[in-house]
Amino acid sequence: MKLSRKFVSDYISIDVDTKTLADDMTRIGNEYDSCEKLIPTSQLTIGEVIECVDHPDSDHLHVCKVNIGSQILQIVCGAPNVRTGLKVIVATDGTILPGGVIKKGVIRGQESNGMLCAMSELGLEHKFLTEKDINGIHELPNNAPIGEDAVKFMELDDEVIDFELTSNRGDLLSILGMAYEIGALYGKKVKEMEISFKEETNSIEKNFKLDIKTENCPLFLVKKVTDVSIKESPDFIKNRLIASGIRPINNVVDISNYVMLETGQPLHYYDADRLGNKLIVRMAEENEKLTTLDSQERVLSDSDIVIATEKEAVGLAGVMGGITTEIEEDTKNIIIESAIFHPTCIRKTSKKVLRSEASNRFEKGLDPKRTYMAMMRSCHLLEKYADAKILSGMVEYKNIEMKEKQVVVSLDKINKVLGITLSKEEVVDILKRLQFETKVDGKEFTITVPTRRIDISIPEDIIEEVGRIYGIDRIEGKAMVLPVVPGTVDKTKRYIRNKLSDLGLNETLSYALTPEEDEFQFTTAKEIEKVKVLDPMSEDRNTLRYSLIPSLLSIFKYNKARNYKDICIYEIGKSFYKKDGIYHEEEKLAILMTGIYQLGLKKEMVDFYVIKGILEELLESLGYKNRYSIVATTDIRELHPGQSAKIIVNNTEIGVIGKVHPSVIKESVFVLELNLDLLFNFRVKKMQYKEISKYPSVLKDLAFVVKKNITAEEIHSVIKKAGGKLLKKIEVFDVYEGENVGRDEKSIAFSLTFEDPTRTLNDEEVMAVFNQIIETVEKKLSAQVRDK
Amino acid sequence: MDMKDKIEKIRKSLEEDMKTVSSSKDCQDLKVKYFGKKGQITTLTSNMKELSIEQKKEIGQISNEIKTEVTTKISELEEALKTRELNEKLESERIDITLPSKKIKRGSRHPFQRIIEDVEDFFVSMGYDVVDGPELETDENCFQRLNVPIGHPARDSQDTFYIDPEYLLRTQTSSVQARAMQENKEKSPIRMICPGKVYRRDDDATHSHQFGQVEGLVIDKDISLADLKGTLEQFAKKMLGENTKVRFRPSFFPFTEPSVEVDVTCFKCSGKGCSLCKQTGWIEVLGAGMVHPNVLEMGGYDPSVWTGFAFGTGLDRFAMFRYEIPDIRYLYTNDIRFLEQFDRKDEENEIK
Repeated sequence: MKLSRKFVSDYISIDVDTKTLADDMTRIGNEYDSCEKLIPTSQLTIGEVIECVDHPDSDHLHVCKVNIGSQILQIVCGAPNVRTGLKVIVATDGTILPGGVIKKGVIRGQESNGMLCAMSELGLEHKFLTEKDINGIHELPNNAPIGEDAVKFMELDDEVIDFELTSNRGDLLSILGMAYEIGALYGKKVKEMEISFKEETNSIEKNFKLDIKTENCPLFLVKKVTDVSIKESPDFIKNRLIASGIRPINNVVDISNYVMLETGQPLHYYDADRLGNKLIVRMAEENEKLTTLDSQERVLSDSDIVIATEKEAVGLAGVMGGITTEIEEDTKNIIIESAIFHPTCIRKTSKKVLRSEASNRFEKGLDPKRTYMAMMRSCHLLEKYADAKILSGMVEYKNIEMKEKQVVVSLDKINKVLGITLSKEEVVDILKRLQFETKVDGKEFTITVPTRRIDISIPEDIIEEVGRIYGIDRIEGKAMVLPVVPGTVDKTKRYIRNKLSDLGLNETLSYALTPEEDEFQFTTAKEIEKVKVLDPMSEDRNTLRYSLIPSLLSIFKYNKARNYKDICIYEIGKSFYKKDGIYHEEEKLAILMTGIYQLGLKKEMVDFYVIKGILEELLESLGYKNRYSIVATTDIRELHPGQSAKIIVNNTEIGVIGKVHPSVIKESVFVLELNLDLLFNFRVKKMQYKEISKYPSVLKDLAFVVKKNITAEEIHSVIKKAGGKLLKKIEVFDVYEGENVGRDEKSIAFSLTFEDPTRTLNDEEVMAVFNQIIETVEKKLSAQVRDK
Repeated sequence: MDMKDKIEKIRKSLEEDMKTVSSSKDCQDLKVKYFGKKGQITTLTSNMKELSIEQKKEIGQISNEIKTEVTTKISELEEALKTRELNEKLESERIDITLPSKKIKRGSRHPFQRIIEDVEDFFVSMGYDVVDGPELETDENCFQRLNVPIGHPARDSQDTFYIDPEYLLRTQTSSVQARAMQENKEKSPIRMICPGKVYRRDDDATHSHQFGQVEGLVIDKDISLADLKGTLEQFAKKMLGENTKVRFRPSFFPFTEPSVEVDVTCFKCSGKGCSLCKQTGWIEVLGAGMVHPNVLEMGGYDPSVWTGFAFGTGLDRFAMFRYEIPDIRYLYTNDIRFLEQFDRKDEENEIK
């Protein structure tokens, strides 16, 4: 909302400068975007061209002598309309214009001491200007006093604050609303609006019919004026419209906008002779067509309200009028509409069709008293500035509550919520400033809320008003007194992050919305129904990710393109999918490793065993030791079939691990993904002291030569079974393939630990078990013991 | 041979022997030579049985003397040699300590998460619970239960990604307010925060369609706007520094009444006025207010008994401020050269 200082000064006197006003308004909740002069120039002077001759060396320039009161200046001017006797706007040497500073100079050999200005050079937007204003210098009227300030003479010496209002304060989308707000701020009274006019003897009432067919129009007023003369508006109307951001058109159209700005109530004027004697308000039919004022054909739906004759729709209610009944140069008689439409309907329509000054106000809700007031004000101004004759009577449809709301609130409650100690008198004073009628009964206030404040209906709203005007920033912060209860936070995810970062991985943060064609899912599940957004901003971000791995792959590609090839990263984030019509959201951890991984003193090319090590370190440090297994699988489409596995905890598949399939990415990249929600379902056992054996353990190493397809895990489980309860630990410490074993064979070396917590083991019994292990493995797995 | 001559011979021989010794190991050999089974000193007393008691006494004494003398001499020599040998060994092991170390590579923690953890720690210390809520939310929790019915103009300011008419990506962590109230079946006091990701259809240099927010909610009896201010003052000091000041401005949010917007003294110029704060000295960081009675009621709390405050703030900006990151998009680009910069503990004084 652009607030013209001159405009609002019609209704409230302001004693402070405009910047202070803007800052004070901010303090009570009304932020502003800018606060500027309407004409952002330094002094411009009124001059008279006393001589104008053609420039000797130019076919379009003129050399003028201009009297600016204090002196006579020679100025070279190229405007086609410059002539002797013309009153002009003069920018002298040093004047700052939006386009730059004016300096003395010589133009094609002729001295020039300034510039004669066109309106377009003063910083007004082109949309407010006529062709004449842009192409030629401005012609001031003959009575313009030479030597005086031109901007002031034209009454353009205005200042404009552009407010960014909160959506509840629809009442501030009007000069009157602003006047009340400023009044509350400075404790001043709002001046009365002039709404008187003379009425003709003949009345509209007998000859005009109104038919309201929808409950979305609770108030509709119609008056008729005749014999208007369409012409240019007086300067003050034009200037105020421009300051408010609205383009002047002609006196009649301008008055409708002027009244909307003053009262906040949008009006619509119909050419009465083109309209006829009946108006219908109804919901549009599906696919009904209407050509609006901007010559666009709109296709409507049954959620739009239209104003119509029996024949056709003539206006899109609350948004824009139709072209067939538009006010034109030859319009004589006018039907004035002042109405209220349901805010939600207007919002829906305007979102679809067009946001206009009118729709913006209807959407926020209107004060029915202003609907009447705007009608009267409109008649007043049309009579005064368009010579209108106003027919008596008004056609009126009313299905709206106009009574003021009453709100009761106690002094205690006000102080309790705000956390301050106001006296009764202070509260009464604030309510008076707001011009809220208040009855005081003991410590209770009964407030009659003016209808203009449709945002106020409950005690908390009054408390906010009191706080606002008192100065919400004057409230001093207090240390809350609440029972001492420890706060809680789950630190497991934090632990994981710290663990992985300590292991040399970098944490990333990426977007949950991903491209749809990113069909990689990194799961053993056959079909995943992904979740898509209805109205994506771009195709790149239209689907919620199911797996975080594609995000990490993108990060890998991004960095690889910048020559970073050793990448170890991880991310914890939400994953989304739909199953049987229900949306699921799960927390996942994804890891990507490629290139060289360095931990401690070792630098290694990342392979399956490196990332498997990270996984095991993570799971074991979280307390899942002996509860997980990593099971080879060929079911994950995006992973290498010979280097991928499912991660199982407590017999539940909670993730995948492996090398990314070469068809997905050609580099050697390893990934894993864990479903943390599933993992955390498995409670970890309490960390608890276990008796340390007092007796020494016995260590034995051995290696088996086996066929390559025998897995370490198979051998491990055979050893474990054969070893019985004396065998405490089995570890693989070497794997060999090559010359010393057969082509399709490998050697795997194990280190075995034997222990009995109750006694020292003797050699014979250890050897007995040891030999038993060798025998069993050799027999069951066709293995050959290599070293003992 | 006379005993004295024998001893003299031993002395001479030892003297000669000691000249040839060059290492502590040779000293061992020397010990064997004199004290071994057939050593010169051992043999001194080999025929003691045949001697009288007096002779025994005398020879015993003499041999003991020479024993001590030889032992001491060899030991002294051995000590000296050992010291020399150790020094030689140490010298030979001297290294160039300025050569590069065998480094252990550190990973890094994302600035966004660091901020979240700081916020969590601060509020946990004040007795708040940290709760989590879904990012894929219902319209009901994200809007309707927060007093933003369908068609409400306040929805315009938060352009929403809808999944279907009922489900959306939450535009604000405030949705967790609605959940916290519903899920508290005893309707007991609430003190919670919820940090997390939110989504809006908005993407430019200063806005990301995905960003972080933290929501706070306190419900109890006798909670006031002054309590809110006191809390946020402490919070701002912790996040932005001890000298940070907090300013309240009245505002509007459908789920709070009264509502305030919260400014802090500009982090760049400390309130003097600069381009970041548009010369005002203040930067808007937070929206807050007293929980609207309708919201309390929808959450099952009787507004005549309970009051509360709620606040919400963006997290990305705190990260950008603390680490002086100029562009929000850097947080989401994941350039390794960016990530690796955040590889150590935050300095303590920034937290306090």
